[in-house]
Amino acid sequence: MNPIIKLLLEGGSLTTSQMAQVLKLSEADVNRQIEELKQQRVLLGFRPVLNLSHEDSGVVRAVIEVRITPERGGGFNRLAERISKFDEVESCFLMSGGYDLLVFVTGASLQKVAAFVSEKLSTIEGVLSTATHFMLRSYKEHGFLLGGKVEETERLKVAP
Amino acid sequence: MDQSRFIAQHVVNLPKSGIRDFFDIVAKMKDAISLGVGEPDFDTPWHIREAGIYAIEKGKTHYTSNLGLIELRRAICDYVGKNFNVSYAPENEVIITVGVSEGLDLACRALINPGDKVMYHQPCYVSYSPSITLAHGIPVPVPTFARDGFALTVDALRAAWQPGCKILMLNLPCNPTGGTCDRAQVEAIAKFAVEKDLIVLSDEIYSELTFEGVHTSIASLPGMKERTIFLHGFSKAFSMTGWRIGYACGPATLIEAMMKVHQYSMLCASIIAQEAAIEALVRGEDAMKKMRDQYHRRRDFIVRRFNEIGFKCHLPRGSFYAFPDISKTGINEKDFAIGLLQATKVAIVPGTAFGDGGKGFCRACFATSYEQLIEASNRIEQHVQSLGNKT
Repeated sequence: MNPIIKLLLEGGSLTTSQMAQVLKLSEADVNRQIEELKQQRVLLGFRPVLNLSHEDSGVVRAVIEVRITPERGGGFNRLAERISKFDEVESCFLMSGGYDLLVFVTGASLQKVAAFVSEKLSTIEGVLSTATHFMLRSYKEHGFLLGGKVEETERLKVAP
Repeated sequence: MDQSRFIAQHVVNLPKSGIRDFFDIVAKMKDAISLGVGEPDFDTPWHIREAGIYAIEKGKTHYTSNLGLIELRRAICDYVGKNFNVSYAPENEVIITVGVSEGLDLACRALINPGDKVMYHQPCYVSYSPSITLAHGIPVPVPTFARDGFALTVDALRAAWQPGCKILMLNLPCNPTGGTCDRAQVEAIAKFAVEKDLIVLSDEIYSELTFEGVHTSIASLPGMKERTIFLHGFSKAFSMTGWRIGYACGPATLIEAMMKVHQYSMLCASIIAQEAAIEALVRGEDAMKKMRDQYHRRRDFIVRRFNEIGFKCHLPRGSFYAFPDISKTGINEKDFAIGLLQATKVAIVPGTAFGDGGKGFCRACFATSYEQLIEASNRIEQHVQSLGNKT
């Protein structure tokens, strides 16, 4: 694996200058490599991981199981890509099992998500059915635990 | 009333740790960046912790057999067979101990007659010499040197050997130096042990954290299983220091002798830790390798930084300790560590905490986050520059 990616994954919130120090590169080199990874579409971008369970976040999230008709030549791809383009869609996966696509959707309110499903998603030619599940509470987001306080584990400062 | 007169003479005679006061200063210092710990920074992987919780829920709260749970002993024999190339019988060649520390103590107490001499390489873990003394043996230190990457050489063994030597203790890879021996070196040590009819206590607690080459257990060499007690545990590789769980493998007669001591002192290791240890062996390999990879990269970074700072630092082939030579500062290791702590709030351990062989060196543990390692190395660099400016 590319050392910069490894560092991004395990180094938490290292600045590019810290990364440069670890990798013994210039900061400009680190920035250039990150830019290259973006151009190669290996690194898609960075986003903050937020605790959306705070009441004032005003975000409703849902997971939608979508059954679609595959097409000769392209399979599920054309429809999956089309659905993925909607701003409401956070993520979209082709799945094995009882449905075809698993679509993660966010919206400002329950009505807005419902409207997206009924007016946009289910009216697309080739979409056979949808089953929408609203998320009630989040316990872990992208590797971060949300529940309770951050547990500081104590290590002795010095030990043999 | 002077209670001290009640203390046994051999305990009175145990040398007090020369760096106790240093430890006290570190403990009191707030917000220190500590490279002074001797344990992983990762918490025990969750699936192992969960196995411990599950054990409690299921009422596994009783004594186990003195030797330990047979399921754990079987898992250990599989693991040791696969990873160390030695096969042991779970029924009578393994005993579960409270960490390697207890295993080492049991072996000393089971094998040492008063006056028997025990060889061990130095710098070394702090408990080796006291364990020998407490069992009324005579410690015979064997020096290792930076020029050899702190590997133990047969020349040094030969020079230190004296009549009456019965036991050879090994700790490869070694705390605090990170030094270890390659296969040829271990073979040479084995030959020496056979020649001098020594029994070998091999503490291989850092073996999974070997970054270069393949770890060779002395017990796996021809003719050595019969004269080796293999000591290992879960603390370092599986990040389980606080669980206090380890094991000893060896010839049935010796394990039986250790068991005698164990049954009258410890009875058995905690059943909860034993249950968690089964989980670690059966399903913990991926998490362990992931941690090892991270230590590996952090080692490369911190060793490079020490060398950039001007402290000659050999590449520790195993463990999570760097052992830089700080003698170019012209200050002894203890004063350097205290000065560094007071000026920069970075804690490293003076090498002499691990014996006279640590003179001129300090131990820096790199089992901590990149942010801390970067910041600590920068502060050490500034401190060394300021010392240079003063002289």
